[in-house]
Amino acid sequence: MTRRDAVARVALLMGGTVIGAEFMLTGCSPSTSDKQAGTQDSKNPGQVANNFKALNPEQTAYLTEVADTILPATKTPGAKAANVGPFMAVMVRDCYTPEDQKIFMDGLDKLEAASQKASGKGFIKSTPAERTALLTALDKEQREYTKTKKPEDPNHYFRMMKELSMLGFFTSEIGATKALRYVAVPGRYDGNVPYKKGDRAWATS
Amino acid sequence: MAQNTYDAIVIGSGISGGMAAKELTEKGLKTIMLERGRNIEHIKDYTNANKAPWELPHRGNATQQMKADHPVLKRDYTLNESNLDYWVDERKSPYVEAKPFDWFRGYHVGGRSLMWGRQSYRHSDLDFEANAKEGIAVDWPIRYKDIAPWYSHAEKFAGISGNRDGLSVLPDGDFMPPMEMNVVEKDVAARIKKHYKDQRHMIIGRTANITKPHNNRVNCQYRNKCWLGCPFGAYFSTQSATLPAAMATGNLTLRPFSIVTKILYDKDTKRAKGVEVLDAETNKTYEYFAKVIFLNASALNSAWVLMNSATDVWPEGLGSSSGELGHNVMDHHFRAGASGEMPGYEDKYVYGRRANGIYIPRFQNVGNDKRDYLRGFGYQGSAGRQGWSRDIAEMSIGGDLKDALTEPGAWTMGITGFGETLPYHDNRIYLDKSKKDAWGLPVLTMDAVIRDNENKMRVDMMSEAKDMLEAAGLKNVKTYNGGYNMGGGIHEMGTARMGRDPKTSVLNGNNQVWDAPNVYVTDGAAMTSAACVNPSLTYLALTARAVDHAVGEMKKQNI
Repeated sequence: MTRRDAVARVALLMGGTVIGAEFMLTGCSPSTSDKQAGTQDSKNPGQVANNFKALNPEQTAYLTEVADTILPATKTPGAKAANVGPFMAVMVRDCYTPEDQKIFMDGLDKLEAASQKASGKGFIKSTPAERTALLTALDKEQREYTKTKKPEDPNHYFRMMKELSMLGFFTSEIGATKALRYVAVPGRYDGNVPYKKGDRAWATS
Repeated sequence: MAQNTYDAIVIGSGISGGMAAKELTEKGLKTIMLERGRNIEHIKDYTNANKAPWELPHRGNATQQMKADHPVLKRDYTLNESNLDYWVDERKSPYVEAKPFDWFRGYHVGGRSLMWGRQSYRHSDLDFEANAKEGIAVDWPIRYKDIAPWYSHAEKFAGISGNRDGLSVLPDGDFMPPMEMNVVEKDVAARIKKHYKDQRHMIIGRTANITKPHNNRVNCQYRNKCWLGCPFGAYFSTQSATLPAAMATGNLTLRPFSIVTKILYDKDTKRAKGVEVLDAETNKTYEYFAKVIFLNASALNSAWVLMNSATDVWPEGLGSSSGELGHNVMDHHFRAGASGEMPGYEDKYVYGRRANGIYIPRFQNVGNDKRDYLRGFGYQGSAGRQGWSRDIAEMSIGGDLKDALTEPGAWTMGITGFGETLPYHDNRIYLDKSKKDAWGLPVLTMDAVIRDNENKMRVDMMSEAKDMLEAAGLKNVKTYNGGYNMGGGIHEMGTARMGRDPKTSVLNGNNQVWDAPNVYVTDGAAMTSAACVNPSLTYLALTARAVDHAVGEMKKQNI
């Protein structure tokens, strides 16, 4: 990112034209306050205290399934092909505040409970249609919550999962090169090229 | 002593220090360039420059540990995973904020020339005459004609791409071919020109990215990864341009890990005789001697070196006789503007990642235009199509969402003002001797704020941005004021200003310290006013001009 990109992004954020532009920002920003960021570990001065227990392989695989329901394979590969779960786990571990980590982990249980309630099955055992119905309902819930959310209110766990799924997928090699387009060394700039519906977007700008 | 004696010493290796070293060595002076931090070798040490986005574990984002380690850097986009090593270790080098002050530093060879924004503009006489006309602070001791040839000199060497737009507020330079506006920007520019009857202009940014091969450097490849260090050497930095030129003369010695703690002043000759250096690795102290010293440690640290060079003769520091050393801190306040959506153009897109944007030069208080504040601002911005991170309100989750996000969204455009900050005597920095850095050296306290004039300007930055974008056909235009702390523009200036009178300025019209004429300060510290344009090109020009003066004075045996 450059300063101009950052400024443009802030411009859009502040202007409120693109709510989704905060994806990259909330990806690593605390949901409520910064007060827990930088808490020192008394045993290791200089190290941020991080008592977060890493997600186990089962949980990571679970996240991959959630991500794949949000961004499934279509004419291009989906989140499962990009193995998004482990990336989400790394982001929760390293970038989230302890507060957001707790919301996220509790969210896994909430999602599972919601699945049981909706279909009498856990998320993993649910059919693709049941998964989609469930996550569509949860997305509606988070949208309504976010609409009236004050900055100091906690984040909604499903918004976190959706954000991390999108970040994880579209910035992965598969997402960036198969779902989107990426050219490492463009070599030139053309500010006016034809575009037709269906052409893929650039992964980065 | 003999082995530590050179013709010239350059303190700092960033944009202006690198230029000083190049100019001095090309004029035949044996020169040592002292850099407080580590070396970063061109290309070889650009660790992440060739990595794909997915090769970074957090895809560029900051971790909680990074935030804890960089309590200042985290205040802006500057804290990120991809070039973290280019930013100062804040734990080792703290400072005190009497008022909030964002100080984003690069302590290594090349300094911030590695991460800079590269926008390069000339000042005009509108800027050089403003203080005198308005009775603000002191008059610049130079006018445009004094520096114009040196702007050319700097531009030709650095390689500045830009269009010759023929605007008096923003003089044209010796440019490489301009980068291109995209299709929406071109139409917006044409509509602004028409709507404002040729009184306002939107131009392509003038940037220190070369658009054709130049001095063994490869032209810009449109990767937009400049701040990782460019493996093509396509943007101007110490590493890509001035350092190799200086090394090629055989006259340069580069000494990293060299913290200059003071300039050694000889009260008999009334000249500086050298500098004291603390080796940042070994903590050993050395002295280096030279006939002339160029102080280019960046605006605030150059003032620090002068203040820390206090003697019986100058108890408040070398160059302190006027009482202005450390005062008149300036920056460019920014992050107020507007953005909106451009309907249509769905059949248009771009190829390549342009490391440049558009620029709208200052139009306030120009000619017959009058505002309720002094000076003015320019806008930087760009238009582009939204990417995958946009919100699609009518979609939830699933294949439709994914497929929609794999296509570009609507065209949007945002502009943000970069405004002039007036030189207020009360905006100052000073040594805090009660607090020490990792080397036991006193640190700086920052005591500076923007005031009424700047705050009025910020309101105008928003409303003019909205009017102009709407006049250009953008819809759903929203203004924003993202807040600003002094220093956040990363254009610190003014702490050892140039002037015509030793009673009211630290430097004379040739950037010599009045109190020690063989010491030249040619970084942001020298600025008498800030103008509203990005300042680095002016530092390059002032530096080359000052070196020319210094060499002339040495020949005449005046210094």
